[in-house]
Amino acid sequence: MTTKTVNTKARTRARNADKIATVIIVALALSIVVILIGLLGFILFRGLGHISWDFLTSKPQTIREGGGIGPPLFNSLYLLVLTMIITIPLGLGGGIYMSEYAKPGKITGFIRLVVEVLSSFPSIVIGLFGLLVFVNTMGMGFSLLAGALALTIFNLPLMVRITEQAFASVPREQKEAGLALGLSKWKIITSIMLPVAIPSLVTGTILAAGRVFGEAAALLFTSGMTTPPLNFSDWNPLHPRSPLNPLRPAETLATHIWKVNSEGLAPDAIQIAAGASAVLVIMVLIFNLLARWGGRTLYRYMTASKRMN
Amino acid sequence: MAMPFSTEDLSVYYGEYQAIKNISLGFPAKTVTALIGPSGCGKSTFLRSLNRMNDEIAGARSTGHIWMDGIDLASPSTDVIKLRQRIGMVWQRPNPFYKSIYENIAFGPRYYGIKNRKKLDEIVETSLRRAALWDEVKDRLKESALSLSGGQQQRLCIARALSVNPQILLLDEPASALDPVSTGKVEELISELKSDLRIVIVTHNMQQAARVSDYTAYFYLGNLVEHGETNKIFTNPEKNSTQEYIMGRFG
Repeated sequence: MTTKTVNTKARTRARNADKIATVIIVALALSIVVILIGLLGFILFRGLGHISWDFLTSKPQTIREGGGIGPPLFNSLYLLVLTMIITIPLGLGGGIYMSEYAKPGKITGFIRLVVEVLSSFPSIVIGLFGLLVFVNTMGMGFSLLAGALALTIFNLPLMVRITEQAFASVPREQKEAGLALGLSKWKIITSIMLPVAIPSLVTGTILAAGRVFGEAAALLFTSGMTTPPLNFSDWNPLHPRSPLNPLRPAETLATHIWKVNSEGLAPDAIQIAAGASAVLVIMVLIFNLLARWGGRTLYRYMTASKRMN
Repeated sequence: MAMPFSTEDLSVYYGEYQAIKNISLGFPAKTVTALIGPSGCGKSTFLRSLNRMNDEIAGARSTGHIWMDGIDLASPSTDVIKLRQRIGMVWQRPNPFYKSIYENIAFGPRYYGIKNRKKLDEIVETSLRRAALWDEVKDRLKESALSLSGGQQQRLCIARALSVNPQILLLDEPASALDPVSTGKVEELISELKSDLRIVIVTHNMQQAARVSDYTAYFYLGNLVEHGETNKIFTNPEKNSTQEYIMGRFG
């Protein structure tokens, strides 16, 4: 009789614990959603009203009203492209090496540790490092190139890890099939594994791109906080006033927001910061959607499949 | 060792553990040899060592020889990539590339230098015909190989292996993940293919071994216990343990 009562009691207790845990977990998940929606809503609500074609294309004003975010917006996009041109090949190379070539052991363990440490570096420290090495020692000055290199350091660990995981998750049978056909390792990696790994690579690259687009601290001392007058009809990257010149200083959307908010003198500084923030958020959302769609299309093209598997 | 494809004193180790113990076994031309034995007896390891697939496993090493036309495949100086072109392999689980049906077949030949579109079309058709799949897929060559059924995928994998004209086909339980109809088709295929090449098949299914093979080799604990004509092994084996395994008393 006693064991029976104990059992019933224990069972009731277990059931209650289960219920409580479920409630807590659901509440946590809901609060994350609420925070996200609240944040997005707040930013968009404050900023959307200020966005117009003129705002998106005109130059910022220092003292007068009515400044726009044209050049910072362009700089952000261009810097993203520059960074990705440097980061993607390096990240792919490192990740493929770690997943396919390196024999597990002390050296790979050490590389992995370095990657982990690098990825937890505060971005302001990377900015200062960029100031010392790229801007001063290497003489690049405040420039897009210095900014792109700083962001590469900031992003490389993530990119390496993404690539390593994407390749490690390709089924082993795929690799074996290639080996049995007598394909070389390189051919297997590029033609058999890469198409399978593409969706996770693209998803990972979006994450990395989002971080680049929103980063301010690492850029304050590398790409600088000013933009020289740009001539948007001159697309020769070697000309000093060309928007494409990688050796010119450039404030990005994120640094512009920071600057306007902290030392803006224009009477509409708050509205400009709000509008720019909304644009930044919208851009990141657009990136996500575009890259997702692009990844799916690429995957379909490379694997001849009708849908994601 | 007169036979053009055979192993001599082949041993395979995983670290300290010896998975295959000094096995000498020949595979005559135009025959099917079945490797049977309980799980863990080393038959799959043996099969995988024939095209040096075990090289990919960390800690695996082998001693002894694998002879093919007078060349020792087990020697470290042998070009593994080249030898694998001559030895096709098909696994238990179908593993088509994440590509179109056409690309799955054309990929190997193109890699070996055939660029001519017509010639590739021809190879695709011949390979698919040899794998008895052509009629089912000829109108959907551009579709993903993953859209095929399991049985079709497996025959596609056989066609892929045939596309580079191997002399030997290694089959690792090729039908154990398939339904009875597909299994029947694969078995039929094996019987047809042996007129061109030698086939080594690992199987857990005694009836299958009896149906498709000319020779049977019984493995136990890494040893080759008995090897001979399938008829004899199944009706009148020399060793008691062979008899017991075939009768289903253990394993």
